[in-house]
Amino acid sequence: MLYNEGRAHLPNGCAISGIIDTSGGLFSGSDIIESIALMHERSNGLGGGFAAYGIYPDHPDEYAIHVFYDDLKAQENVEAFLEKHFLIMLSERIPTRKNANIVRSPIIWRYFAQPLRNRVAVSGYDEEEYVARCVIHVNNDFDGAFVFSSGINMGAFKGVGYPEDIGEFYMLDNYHGYSWTAHGRFPTNTPGWWGGAHPFTLLDFSIVHNGEISSYDANRRYIEMYDYHCSLMTDTEVMTYLADMILRRHALPIHMLPKIFAAPMWEEIARMDDKSREEYETLRAVYAGALINGPFSIILGFNGGFMALNDRLKLRSMVTAKAGSKVYVASEESAIRRIEKNLDEIWTPRGGEPVIALVDENADIGRRRRVL
Amino acid sequence: MSISFQMPRYEVLRREDRCVKCRVCERQCANLVHRYDADLDKMIADEMQCVNCQRCVVMCPTRAIAIRRYPLEYRENANWTERAIVEIQRQAEGGGVLLSGMGSPDDKPVYWDHMMLNASQVTNPSIDPLREPMETSVMLGCKPDSVTLGADGSVKTKLPPQVRLSMPVMFSAMSFGSISLNAQKSMAIAAKKLGITFNTGEGGLHRDLEEYKDAAVVQVASGRFGVHTDYLSAGCMIEIKIGQGAKPGIGGHLPGRKVNADVSVTRMIPEGTDAISPAPHHDIYSIEDLRQLIFSLKEATEYKKPVCVKIAAVHNVAAIASGIVRAGADVIAIDGFRGGTGAAPTRFRDNVGIPVELALAAVDSRLRKEGIRQRVSLICCGSIRNSADIVKAVAIGADACYIASSALIAMGCHMCGTCFTGKCNWGIATQDERLTRRLNPEIASERLVNLLSAWNHEIMEMLGGMGLNSIEALRGNRLMLRGIGLNQKELDVLGIAHAGE
Repeated sequence: MLYNEGRAHLPNGCAISGIIDTSGGLFSGSDIIESIALMHERSNGLGGGFAAYGIYPDHPDEYAIHVFYDDLKAQENVEAFLEKHFLIMLSERIPTRKNANIVRSPIIWRYFAQPLRNRVAVSGYDEEEYVARCVIHVNNDFDGAFVFSSGINMGAFKGVGYPEDIGEFYMLDNYHGYSWTAHGRFPTNTPGWWGGAHPFTLLDFSIVHNGEISSYDANRRYIEMYDYHCSLMTDTEVMTYLADMILRRHALPIHMLPKIFAAPMWEEIARMDDKSREEYETLRAVYAGALINGPFSIILGFNGGFMALNDRLKLRSMVTAKAGSKVYVASEESAIRRIEKNLDEIWTPRGGEPVIALVDENADIGRRRRVL
Repeated sequence: MSISFQMPRYEVLRREDRCVKCRVCERQCANLVHRYDADLDKMIADEMQCVNCQRCVVMCPTRAIAIRRYPLEYRENANWTERAIVEIQRQAEGGGVLLSGMGSPDDKPVYWDHMMLNASQVTNPSIDPLREPMETSVMLGCKPDSVTLGADGSVKTKLPPQVRLSMPVMFSAMSFGSISLNAQKSMAIAAKKLGITFNTGEGGLHRDLEEYKDAAVVQVASGRFGVHTDYLSAGCMIEIKIGQGAKPGIGGHLPGRKVNADVSVTRMIPEGTDAISPAPHHDIYSIEDLRQLIFSLKEATEYKKPVCVKIAAVHNVAAIASGIVRAGADVIAIDGFRGGTGAAPTRFRDNVGIPVELALAAVDSRLRKEGIRQRVSLICCGSIRNSADIVKAVAIGADACYIASSALIAMGCHMCGTCFTGKCNWGIATQDERLTRRLNPEIASERLVNLLSAWNHEIMEMLGGMGLNSIEALRGNRLMLRGIGLNQKELDVLGIAHAGE
């Protein structure tokens, strides 16, 4: 039987790519499309997507909420909910371009919205938690609607198709961001649902992921203890929630995340000096439920930077490079060389070794997440 | 007085052509089954006394002996079975409560055998433990929900006390008294070698075992035998025993004949007196009383030891476990009805409690629903027979498993189920020095180390097959399980899908 995401845990293979200009300079989506297009063979046309940061400078304090609707009824219901909880500054269809390979697209809408202050106040949550709760609520409890992006000054664009067609469809060449990630999907069993494509996002966190995590259900049942609900049953969803909880709710610095997701072996920890040993031990013990096993290479995007990470055994390919102020990550080296011939440095990070690229403190890129 | 209707349960088959009348069987049998008849110049057997412990079979140098069921051919009846009839005969004759040793032999569902494990194919690679690191070590104890950082950005959170295990297995509670010192010592040596723990049971810690105390879980049960401050501080964890899977709702009874000088000193009771553990702890009549005991023990040990509460798997186990977490326990051990015992009333053993698989699943799910699973570690016990049972228990949600019967079998136990007679021919469940010296702790501990090393290898292989390289990535990972031959309700309680789904 063929289940939609949300009914069954589906295995995936994939390609990922990411580019960031650490000087905060903006560049169009053309490069990332070209990079991910080179890895065409790693996808099978059942999903492609992008996350772009710095693309909405005209809406510096408004959450850009991107939604897929199956029909107008769903849109009506969700809009009624959004209007009750947000001040909607702009509501529009996300512009798309006709593409012969992209068919049966849902209604794709975006809202630039500010949470209603009084409602945030009575909710008992801070603003971001309030927005996150609203997003999770819509995704769990509204039929035929799926919020696929909800950050400030960033946006996800995804759908069923090869990633280069998806990029073309969303006209990403018209957007300018300082950081881009992309994903081409090779699911082994999916009816092809737009919401199931990557990246998965919550607030400004986005994850593109190549791999299949064997620890999925351990991670899912762990994160669901803390008021998250995994409605899609995809690896990216659970990893995004884990990252959100650890970085936002628990306010741990970004460099601790790989010590949790791809914790060093106990043997290695035992060899550390006393202070590090205690730190690593505590992180591993407390966040045992967030240890991710099985092959993965991910790029976790957020306002102000991204982190690329492999599983600790390095069961998926991932290459990193630098050229000037730009940092590149991709499943294959060729996908980087395709768009930048003159690299200063290119290397293959070891399993569990993060590559963290942050935009310079002084660059004016609008909203920035504190991750240090 | 009427004649006895009781017949032997076992028949001793002796091949006369092989028997050399060396009389080994006679010397080995504490039940006095074998005897040399000089007039007949042959070995004869009093089969009424035979418990089928297989000692003579194993020891006979010429393989002359076999034991088999006594061919009592009652008229076939699926309802009035031989066992049902014999038990009535015994009670009609003796007027007593039926006693049994070891776990229930009843043909009730063993859910482990109805769950199949997953393995990686194509979409993710299986991992070869011979080539890649594979982690099976676990930490038992309360874990905070998050860590907090100090002003300098380093981790400020201090972990509450934990027990570290090299693999998710511990030897379960068997007291000195119910088993011999040699048996306990064998487990102590093995535990220390393996980096796991043994459990004193409620019999106190014998002075000879003090060198293994770091590997000891010290138990506080309703009889409070052998409990004093040094004892509490000696081990790596304190366990409050509320109940036991083999006999939920009742206490224990060590007959006075097993209380020799050594047992008496260790238990701090007079020699030769019965050691009665009451059914409830008489200072725990409710959950708030349990909280007081937990914190009394923590106070007494300066909050340096995790406190475990062991309960029998009963109908309302999930709610009880939730209460125990909120009462401050760091670890909960759930003991299923198939769990072993030195002695239990047969009717309790076979009819009270629930299968541990269902109890474990219910408790793990409930604690997660309440968001308190992180605050406690779960130990699953009650008839863990092999490494696959352990892997399945961890996938359901256990942090570790207790084993007892398996350990005894490794040491020589042949599951004859008559531990309470004190005549254990294998030197395990007895205090008779003539018998206990048959169990050499050096050799028996080696057998235990062999067993658990083999299990650890198997656990690693199964983890690797599933594409995992750490046991914590398996904990509660129920997608790794599929049910076979289970109905929807059973699947729902276990929280797993059926094979093929």
